[in-house]
Amino acid sequence: MKILVCIKQVPDTTEIRIDPVTKTLIREGVPSIMNPDDKGGLELALRFKDKFGAEVTVITMGPPQADLILREAFAMGADRAILLTDRKFAGADTLATSNALAGAARTLDWDLIITGRQAIDGDTAQVGPEMAEHLNIPQISYVAGLDYDGKTFTVKKQTEEGHQILQFEGKGLLTVLAPAFKSRYMSIGGIVDAYDKEVEVWGADKVDLDESKLGLKGSPTKVVKSFAKELKQPGVIHEVDAEQAVELIISKLKEKHII
Amino acid sequence: MDNAQYRNVFVFAEQRDGVVQSVALELIGKARDLAVDLGEKVFAVLLGKGIAASAKKLVEYGADTVIVVDHDNLKDYVTEQYTQAMYQVAVEYKPSIMLFGATTIGRDLAPRVAARLGTGLTADCTKLEISEDTKEFQMTRPAFGGNLMATIMCPDHRPQMSTVRPGVMQKCTPDASRKGEIINFAPKFDSSKFSVKLVKTEKEEKGSVDISEAKILVSGGRGVGCVAGFDKLRELAAVIGGEVSSSRAMVDAGNMPHDRQVGQTGKTVRPDVYFALGISGAIQHLAGMEESECIIAVNKDKFAPIFAVADLGIVSDLNTVIPLLTERLKKEMAK
Repeated sequence: MKILVCIKQVPDTTEIRIDPVTKTLIREGVPSIMNPDDKGGLELALRFKDKFGAEVTVITMGPPQADLILREAFAMGADRAILLTDRKFAGADTLATSNALAGAARTLDWDLIITGRQAIDGDTAQVGPEMAEHLNIPQISYVAGLDYDGKTFTVKKQTEEGHQILQFEGKGLLTVLAPAFKSRYMSIGGIVDAYDKEVEVWGADKVDLDESKLGLKGSPTKVVKSFAKELKQPGVIHEVDAEQAVELIISKLKEKHII
Repeated sequence: MDNAQYRNVFVFAEQRDGVVQSVALELIGKARDLAVDLGEKVFAVLLGKGIAASAKKLVEYGADTVIVVDHDNLKDYVTEQYTQAMYQVAVEYKPSIMLFGATTIGRDLAPRVAARLGTGLTADCTKLEISEDTKEFQMTRPAFGGNLMATIMCPDHRPQMSTVRPGVMQKCTPDASRKGEIINFAPKFDSSKFSVKLVKTEKEEKGSVDISEAKILVSGGRGVGCVAGFDKLRELAAVIGGEVSSSRAMVDAGNMPHDRQVGQTGKTVRPDVYFALGISGAIQHLAGMEESECIIAVNKDKFAPIFAVADLGIVSDLNTVIPLLTERLKKEMAK
């Protein structure tokens, strides 16, 4: 069994603040981390490896610094790591990103692809399903459990109301929820070895895809404007009787489209 | 691509067990605004088995046309079956815009359809509008964990696709006299690609509630007083569809369990509406809730620090205001 795990390096969005004067993102000092859902995906792959035996390859697309999360993946137990880095990949929206990853996957040998459900910097949850479509394989998203009997994958999918049990045979792609797979720590030996192992660095020429489908050029969506959310001003304080108070609250709830 | 060939605003009318989901009606409401601005029509696409009767409801809420795909393959949601149907609808009817609810179904289906069509998709939009001058479709969404907003366009590909979370857009008031066209559409399914089987669906009773997931929080502090005082808050929460939370003081006093505590030593919450009732607003409490979209504070003390972060501050006795508010909301919700 060969498993390909897609991971992404993201800024830790819980540490991001907006500069109150310039209203722009303060990026300095914000740590970069392995996206939590992707780490859950890697954990699932490693548990599968522990139980059934598997070769786990991690792949990421990003700047050269993304090497760090691949080393982390080595230290957790991944066998092989690939870094897709090239100016031609830059500026990709979800479709162009999924094209690049699928293009890389076409040149690799795998049975199962695992991605995180979504990344905390974009929260789109689109790259996994789009990648599955390009590769013409089924996808199951919001995965909270996986079993395998040597032939059939049995998958637990989380939904709003509870969960579903789904089954498939053959190749497939799963998008994973982090809370379902609490990730292991890196082992000390693993950390030491992680820096002796080779991260394979691939440019756009290694990807099985036309360049017009990559990066900014291959992105149907364009960001035309970005802006900080307006900081709120404290509202008015009303000293009123109970009936007037109710009226004020009702009109506020209507203004906010709650009722 | 000749964009002019692509017309009309399509909504994926998500249903579960035959029940049209609220988010679908909200999207139809938004689609109406967009269609009016573009001089186009609203189409709802209803997929399922034995669901045709719901088409009328979609018309009442603002759809001009309902495309019904009623087929055994669509009885339960499975990605490939639904993708084939939606894809063929899009190819046949050439929409300019296609909207999906950002549910576990919509967020699974929309990217698959978008990739099959080779077009762009913008997730979790909080604002959708047509620019006045150029008539372009602009999609605005939060990025970086909500720290930044981005406006996105899909200029050269059609359809322009987006997902929107439940509760973000506004339903139209239903009009039973509205007339609409119903079209039955029969896609050609390729069952050789149906490799995923749904074995079973299990609904779970929600046990302990995660207050950080709640859209509306009715939160009580010292001003609520005792255990019985929280009953009034629970009633309000039940009527408005929220959860009850509390300040640390009430947890320490044993009136509320710790998993309901908001603040530095409790949970950080960011609901659409946060009712701060009888909460003075210690800095540790504010740290856990000041990012809420709308804060409504009721407190007897007009110097309470909670008023500094409140969108609406009411200096009054919550024990009189809350029961009155609950009664009034019951009437509003029944409308």
